[in-house]
Amino acid sequence: MAEILELVLSAAFWTAVLRIAMPYVLGTLGELLCERAGVLNLGIEGIMTLGAMAGWMAVYQGADLWTGVAVAALAGAALGLLHAVLTVPLGLSQHVAGIGVTLLGTSLTYFTYRMVLPQATTPPTIEPFRPWPIPGLSEIPVLGPSLFSQTPLAYAALGLVALVAYVLYRTPVGLGLRMVGENPAAAEAQGLSVTGLRMGAVCAGSALMAVGGAFLTLSAFNAFFFNMLNGRGWICIALVVFASWRPGKALLGALLFAGFDALQLRLQQIVGPALPYQVFLMMPYLLSILALVVMARRAAYPKALMVPYRKGER
Amino acid sequence: MRLEPRASVPLTLGLLAPVGAVAAALAICAALVAWSGASIPRAYALLAEGALGSRLALTETLTRATPLILTGLAAAVAFRARFWNIGAEGQLYLGALVAAWLGGGLLDLPGWTLVPTVLIAGALAGSLLLAGPAVLKTRFGVDEVVTTLLLNFVVLLFVSMMLEGPMKDPMGMGWPQSAPVLPEAELPRLAERTRLHAGLILALLAAAAVWVMTARTVWGYEARAVGGNPRAAAFAGIPVAWVMVRTALISGALAGLAGAVEVTGLKGYLTLDLSPGFGYGGIVVAMLAQLHPAGAVAAAVFVAGIFVGSDAMSRGVAVPTYIADVIVAVSLICMLVATLLVRFRLRKG
Repeated sequence: MAEILELVLSAAFWTAVLRIAMPYVLGTLGELLCERAGVLNLGIEGIMTLGAMAGWMAVYQGADLWTGVAVAALAGAALGLLHAVLTVPLGLSQHVAGIGVTLLGTSLTYFTYRMVLPQATTPPTIEPFRPWPIPGLSEIPVLGPSLFSQTPLAYAALGLVALVAYVLYRTPVGLGLRMVGENPAAAEAQGLSVTGLRMGAVCAGSALMAVGGAFLTLSAFNAFFFNMLNGRGWICIALVVFASWRPGKALLGALLFAGFDALQLRLQQIVGPALPYQVFLMMPYLLSILALVVMARRAAYPKALMVPYRKGER
Repeated sequence: MRLEPRASVPLTLGLLAPVGAVAAALAICAALVAWSGASIPRAYALLAEGALGSRLALTETLTRATPLILTGLAAAVAFRARFWNIGAEGQLYLGALVAAWLGGGLLDLPGWTLVPTVLIAGALAGSLLLAGPAVLKTRFGVDEVVTTLLLNFVVLLFVSMMLEGPMKDPMGMGWPQSAPVLPEAELPRLAERTRLHAGLILALLAAAAVWVMTARTVWGYEARAVGGNPRAAAFAGIPVAWVMVRTALISGALAGLAGAVEVTGLKGYLTLDLSPGFGYGGIVVAMLAQLHPAGAVAAAVFVAGIFVGSDAMSRGVAVPTYIADVIVAVSLICMLVATLLVRFRLRKG
């Protein structure tokens, strides 16, 4: 027990938590934006995979790191646009369209990677984002070396949480976006474009997801691997429910989740071979399912989530 | 431009939709083939030849189609009732695990009872795995999409744990694989010097059974009603929750059977690469088939053919094998658009 307490109070532990959390933070934020506008985006796994590869590939080809982030965001937005076209104006099943987008995103990613690097057996590496300690704040014990010594992309992700929260709750666009997710007919009567707002939300949300994927290859690691996402996108969908569709709670949920994940990694080292390592690796997935079960009763889904809107139809 | 529902859908249009979708997908993916520098006609000719061009190619395609028919049926049965089982991959692996475990010498039964026992146990395992998400959905309102998806990862880790632990083959040279199943637990081969096995017949029987169930029984009718409009179904006195659970049990059983059939018919033992995504492929099969069981057989052969043919194409003209996954994914998306054009007509204004 003392070991665990010491671990939880160490700066290295919290550094790991933040590093693990960031892809979840961005992915959850992106999914939240889509769902708030009434569109479930099951393309998230594929979009994050594409973002991870596209961002990394751009940097590997000589672009600088921020250009890599932009490339990832654009690639994500492009796949998001596909999902948006299928589900908003065409009103197709959001479940099946999302699975299609995930299958397409993943396969296109692997195809492209193999096209460009046909012979790569060990994944080539890039020079990723370096930690960027904030002068002064990084001197604080525990908090300093963890929270205030992150990479610039991690700070940007935290800034995006605040930005999305601000846009959702403090701007007319955000109000409109929430409205089309709750009552599209009423939004239309107010003169808002349901199609435009929903498509915009899906594209922007998908861009965020893709940047979440790129965080893995540009900040957390320095290379792209096949099956790198490993279900992170699906976990984000569970986190959105856990967060009751609120950006602040999404950040909290992602941090909590990452905390368990980091703890699980350390426990694995402490417990050693007494338990098979797979038991520990299962924990994040089981934890997500548990979170869904606990929150399901209280889940306040956006009223029009998964309901396609066609003008003049009831 | 607006969409106007068709009063009735001509049968030819329904049959043409998947053909058109596949043609469109192949046309779109030609761009990727061109990117790799290969000649498009030559690449696609190699694909067709690799999939159907010889006795061996054809039997390989049918062998590959066998689990896809079953996972396709699993998806079709569930989607009809609007139960989104995206976890066929996990159910397949659990079915395979149970089959490898029981067939590997644990059960000492005479040959003719061993095979059915192993297969039924595999199906039951898949069924039980999906019962969890189904009960969570009907009792607690937990979305089944995420639970079934996440269980795929849990099951894969569980299989990995078993293959590195209690079920590890002592003769396996250290590889994480199970001991081979007993010869009596193996499904018979259908043709000499090929890998085609009796699992194909089982899959076709399953398709026929699913067709009878959906089209000719009360169970099938109730599942369609729940899928169409759960509120109306409830008003009509249909026990919606039970229909959901029942559908899930059948869907899980079909996916579990796919895994058991792969182990007893094709591989003979279990490894972690038993399925190259048959679970997810089943979703594409079901959608291309418009959830029809007979269509699922045709669609599974198509998807299998793309994968088998792409291997040949990749060897011939150096296009990455992932082209198969792209073609299948694009086919799914084109099919979605095609179903829309079947149900609606485009009108100006």
